[in-house]
Amino acid sequence: MAVLTYREALNDALREEMERDDSIFIIGEEVGEYDGAYKVTKGLLDQFGEWRVRDAPIAELGFAGLGVGAAMAGLRPIVEFMTWNFALLAIDEVVNAAAKMFQMSGGQYNVPIVFRGPGGAALQLAAQHSQSPEPWYSYVPGLKVIAPATAKDAKGLLKSAVRDNDPVVFIESEIMYNLVRDEVPEEEYLTPIGKAEVKREGSDVTVVCHSKMVHQALAAARVLEKEDIDVEVLDLRTVRPLDVGAIVASVKKTNRAVVAEEGWPMCNVGAQVVDDIQREAFDSLDAPVARVNGLDVPMPYAKNLEKLATPNADHVAAAVRHVCYAD
Amino acid sequence: MSAANADRSTATVSDAPAGDAPAGASSGDPDAFLGLSKEECVELLREMIIERRFEEKAAEVYQVGKIGGFCHLYIGQEAVSAGSISPLRDDDYVVTAYRDHAQAIARGMTPNAVMAELYGRADGCSKGFGGSMHMFDKTLNFMGGHGIVGSHLPLAVGVGYTIRYRGGDQVCLCFFGDSVVNIGAFHESMNMAARWKLPVIFLLENNRYGMGTDFRRVAAVKELKDRGRAYDGLTSLDVDGMDVLAVRQAVEEAIERGRNEKTPSFIEARCFRYMGHSMADPMHGTYRTREEVEKWRSDDPILSFTRQLMDAGRLTEEEYQAIDREAKEIAEESAAFADRSPFPDSDALYRYVYSDGYPDDMRRRDAWRKELR
Ligand SMILES: Cc1ncc(C[n+]2csc(CCOP(=O)(O)OP(=O)(O)O)c2C)c(N)n1
Ligand SMILES: [Mg+2]
Repeated sequence: MAVLTYREALNDALREEMERDDSIFIIGEEVGEYDGAYKVTKGLLDQFGEWRVRDAPIAELGFAGLGVGAAMAGLRPIVEFMTWNFALLAIDEVVNAAAKMFQMSGGQYNVPIVFRGPGGAALQLAAQHSQSPEPWYSYVPGLKVIAPATAKDAKGLLKSAVRDNDPVVFIESEIMYNLVRDEVPEEEYLTPIGKAEVKREGSDVTVVCHSKMVHQALAAARVLEKEDIDVEVLDLRTVRPLDVGAIVASVKKTNRAVVAEEGWPMCNVGAQVVDDIQREAFDSLDAPVARVNGLDVPMPYAKNLEKLATPNADHVAAAVRHVCYAD
Repeated sequence: MSAANADRSTATVSDAPAGDAPAGASSGDPDAFLGLSKEECVELLREMIIERRFEEKAAEVYQVGKIGGFCHLYIGQEAVSAGSISPLRDDDYVVTAYRDHAQAIARGMTPNAVMAELYGRADGCSKGFGGSMHMFDKTLNFMGGHGIVGSHLPLAVGVGYTIRYRGGDQVCLCFFGDSVVNIGAFHESMNMAARWKLPVIFLLENNRYGMGTDFRRVAAVKELKDRGRAYDGLTSLDVDGMDVLAVRQAVEEAIERGRNEKTPSFIEARCFRYMGHSMADPMHGTYRTREEVEKWRSDDPILSFTRQLMDAGRLTEEEYQAIDREAKEIAEESAAFADRSPFPDSDALYRYVYSDGYPDDMRRRDAWRKELR
C-alpha cells in the first residue's frame, strides 16, 4: 500500500475513472491549464485534452446546468466547484434540475453527475469562504451527499460517485487536501456509497461524525482513553443516504452518543442523526445525545474568534465526558 | 397579413419569404412554401390545428377540475412550435420551458399521453409525476418541460456540448420566453455555446409578456434579438412568429449552421399568447388591453396560413373542415383517454427518487404511516 495525500487520492480516482470510461469529462474553473485551483485535477488536461477537461468561465449556474444537460444526453460529467461557497450560485441546477429530473420525468432521465469541490472552513478566510454545505444538499431527495475523511475513502468514494447513476454532491476539504494522508491500496477498489465505517471501535460512547470531524473525534478518543473512556468513532462517510442501521447498531452497543460536525447547528446533519437515534434506539440510551458543532454565527475573520466558533477535539472530548456524566 | 404587423418590426431573416406580403401574392409559386409539397404544408397546418384544439380542450377540462396546478396554454403561438420542430431530425433534441404541451405534441408525443399527464395519470408521458410543466419523452429526445425561468438553457448547452463531444451532427432546439433575456442563465448559456461552438438553437418566443410584465418595461434593450450581439459566433435574428413558414425557414437555416458549422443561433420569434399567462390569469388582465389582444387575434397564425394555402390552391374549404373535425376528435379522445387512465400506483411514490431504489433505512422513518407500509 502507498501512503497518499487526500489530494493525490482524489487525483488518482479521477484519472483512473477517466481512463476507464471516455464518457466522463470534467468542467470547472481552472481545472485545466492551471491544474486545478487546489491541484486536484493536476495533469488531466495534458492527458485527456480540452473536451474532457474543460476550463469554464466563472458561471457556476451555467456550467453546472451544462453538466446536467450533458448527463441527460448520456455523458458522465464531473462538475468541479472551486469551493462549495460559490456553488450557491448553482444550487438551482443541483436541486431543481439534477435532483428532481429522474422523478419529474417519470423515471426516464436519470442524471449521472458528480458535483465536487472543497467545503468547510480553512484558516481565516472569513464568512463568505468558510461554511459547510452538507445540510443544504442532504435535505434534498434525489441527491447523494458524500464527505470523506481519509485518502482511502476519498478515492474509493469518488470512484463510486462517478459510476453512480444519480447526482452526487461530493464534499472535500481544503485543509485535508494536504494534511490528511493514509494508506491507499494499489489495486482497484470501490468504497460503497451510503455505508458508514467504524474508524475506531469502542464500548462506552459512539461519536457520529464525518469529514474533518472524524480526525477531531479520533484525537479526542486518544485523550479519553487515558481517562478510561472507550470511544467508538463512527464515520458516516455518506450523509445521504444516511446509514441509519450503522448508527443505531453502534448506539445500541454503547448506549451513549455524541454527534459532531463542523457546520452550524440548526437543521444540520447531526439534527437528523439525533432524530434517527431517538426513533430507533430510544430505549438503549443512558443519557441524552450531545451535539458538537460550529457556533451559530457567520465565521469571523479574527483568529481568536474563528477558533471559538470552530469545533475541535477538545469540544468532542468534553461532550463525551458530558454524556458519560464524567464532567 | 394584418394590422398587428405594424406593431412589430419586420423580420430580418435576409431571404425569408415575404411574411408581411398578402398571402395570395405567392399563389402557386412553390418557392413561397420553402419548397414544401402540398401535403407537407397541409401537415404543418394540421399540426397547428391539433395543438390549438388540444389546448382548448385542456382549458375546458381545467375549469371542471380535471387538471390541477398551474396550466399554461400555448394558444396563439402554434406557428412557432410547428415551424421550428417540423424541420428537426428524430435524433435532434428539444428542451423547453413550462408552456410545453403543444411543443410535446409537435415533437411526436401523442395527445393522449400529454393529456393523461395533465390529468396526473399513469399513462401520462411522465407517468403523472410531472404535470403540465414537465412533459418528457426520452424516446423522442424531448427533454422537458422545465419550470424555473431560464434554468433549462444551460441544460440545452450541455446537450450541445455532448453532441460536439461525440462528434455528432445533431442540434438542440431550446424554447424560452421573453422574460429569460434578463436572467443570468441566458447570458451564461449564450456565452458558453458561442465560445465552444455548440449546435444549440436558442428560440425565444417573444409573446411580449412575462406574466403581466411587458418586456419593454424590464429589458434595457429595444430589440431582444440584440441581446445576442454580444457573442461572437452566435447568429442572432428575429422572425415573424405568427408565420409558420417564416419560422420554419429561420430554423432550417439555424439547423444548417448547427450541423455544418456547429455554431449556435438565437432566434427571436415575435408572437402573442391569446390566453392569460396561466389558467389563473384572465385573457386580458390588468396589464394588456382587449384591443391589443384582438389586434393579434386578427393575425391568427392558423387562419393566415389557412388563407395562404387556400389562395395558392393548396387547400380546399372541405379539407380544412375535415382537419378541424379530426383535431377536435383527437382532443376529445385525449380527454376520454386521460379519464380512463389509472392514477399512478401509490407504490410508485418512492420509485423514481433514486435509480437504484430508495434506501430502506430511510424509509423506516415513515413506518408509522400504515398506508405506506
Ligand atoms: C426563476 C423564476 N422566477 C419566477 C418564476 C415565476 N414565473 C413563472 S412564468 C413567469 C413569466 C415568464 O414569462 P416568459 O419567459 O415571457 O414566458 P411565457 O410565460 O410568456 O411563455 C414567471 C415570472 C419562475 N417560474 N422562475
Ligand atoms: Mg412571454
